[in-house]
Amino acid sequence: MFWNEKIETLKGKDLEQLQLKRLKWTLSQVRHVGFYQQQLREGGIGADDIRTLDDVRKLPFTRKQDLRDGYPFGFIAVPLSQVVRIHTTSGTTGKPTVVGYTRRDLEAWAELIARNLTMVGLKEGDVFQNMVNYGMFTGGLGFHYGAEKVGLTVIPSATGNTRRQIEMIQDFGVTAIHCTPSYAMHLAEVAEEIGAELSTLRTGLFGAEPWSDAMRGELERRLGVTAYDSYGLSELFGPGVAFECPERDGLHIWHDSYLVEIIDPSTGEVLGPGERGELVVTPLVKEAMPLLRYRTGDITMLLPDECPCGRAQKIARITGRSDDMLVIRGINVFPSQIEHVLLGIPEVGNQFMVYVDRVNHLDEMTIEVEINRAHFSGEIADLARIQKKVVKELRDTLELRTTVKLVEPGSLPRFEGKAKRVIDRREGV
Amino acid sequence: MEQKKYVIRQISVFSENKPGRLAAIAKALQEEGINILAFSIAEADGFGVVRALVDKPQKAYEKLSGIGFNVAFTDVIAVQMKDVPGGLYEIARILGEGTINIEYSYAYSGKEAAVLILRVDNVDAAISAIRNGGGTLLESTQFQ
Repeated sequence: MFWNEKIETLKGKDLEQLQLKRLKWTLSQVRHVGFYQQQLREGGIGADDIRTLDDVRKLPFTRKQDLRDGYPFGFIAVPLSQVVRIHTTSGTTGKPTVVGYTRRDLEAWAELIARNLTMVGLKEGDVFQNMVNYGMFTGGLGFHYGAEKVGLTVIPSATGNTRRQIEMIQDFGVTAIHCTPSYAMHLAEVAEEIGAELSTLRTGLFGAEPWSDAMRGELERRLGVTAYDSYGLSELFGPGVAFECPERDGLHIWHDSYLVEIIDPSTGEVLGPGERGELVVTPLVKEAMPLLRYRTGDITMLLPDECPCGRAQKIARITGRSDDMLVIRGINVFPSQIEHVLLGIPEVGNQFMVYVDRVNHLDEMTIEVEINRAHFSGEIADLARIQKKVVKELRDTLELRTTVKLVEPGSLPRFEGKAKRVIDRREGV
Repeated sequence: MEQKKYVIRQISVFSENKPGRLAAIAKALQEEGINILAFSIAEADGFGVVRALVDKPQKAYEKLSGIGFNVAFTDVIAVQMKDVPGGLYEIARILGEGTINIEYSYAYSGKEAAVLILRVDNVDAAISAIRNGGGTLLESTQFQ
């Protein structure tokens, strides 16, 4: 099933023409952003330099750090009065990254979600429970408006209270759910524990964190759904950038809206189909926050084969990161954010170690931090207070509950050269 | 102040809750010929504080800090108890009536008497209350 068959199946010359036209538009749009004005001036790049799609390689990369440096509105290319929504995503340190949307951006985004939902067979009559965060995170509202556009009956249940979630699935006859794969696993477990049937469920849309084919099998068996992988990031609207079709062999990335390159993350060299590297995307229809060659940090490759569904070239499921970003219960965490938080707490040192485990299918992050010698009073209550303070400050910044272990001063490893502060003990994805 | 002689310096050592940490502390004290008169361990979520009354607190502080431990001094008092039923009650009653709160305490029963080590919220008030109530406080020189 297609939402917009013509555009979804656009290939070859027709697609390239559209992409080129939109790339030129994007290049004109970024000229409203100080950062790009300077980059293009320094690189001596004018509008005439983009004659073919390959000319995109002349353009500078944009990194997450650049967006952070532009906090809050440095990358907004339209007057703020035309920005009708703001979301944020975790920054690499301290402040989050801000993303903004014009009315037209929100329509374009909902259109992409509508394509994805229709592609996996959802239509009017389906009851859709959206079990992701509805706040600043793009997953909640992004899916919500796309699902309404298709005409699904949307239940904005958001996160938490698993028993209530199960009750709603049963009482409302929910046919499709959207959540992180680890939350889906938790949901399955709780349902089994209380002996709840989820007989109406047919479709599971899972994203925001990498998950394996083994996990897909497990989720399908336990929840009675067909499971689809969803990919996106806030900098490119949010979820909906790429999605599995019923073939479930790679994700269709929407080429009319995103110009895709795969690069070697260390050299920046562009790689060909079948070669694994970092996904770099130049969004083609973003009005409020246009970007050039955005380095997603996600590792994938362009798949060479045509898809039987008729849509254009796919990317492989994400297999990792080119940087040190962690995905914990669907939330992006950079070790530098943790460092930043600890630097602001005098009672503890700056050295730390992060351990990530999967307990009952949910990610758990444990942070070891040294007590600061000068702040040890000898009283256990004071230590407990420090521990609580670190947990709270981390939660405020990461929006994530963590376990904090206070350790003896000088006991954590000191690194010369590249620090290895993160030990990820989750089973391979 | 006269009461000062009853204030005893306890060493409090931060320790992760894992095998071998107490042994490391005890070994260090042994090496310096420091005698432990009484001690207790308080534990919280993943860490603990080893509290000890030693004969040479300054030396213990320097030695333990020198090998990397985080050490602090804490003022405590020591009360002699009758080593008979009701001995603890007598002391606890005095403190209770004086509205003095015990933050923590530990005890040992020696040859001559039983001794209660107390960390209280108000040391001066506790000393006065115990003396006025007929209790016997041990002077710090008896330990250190």
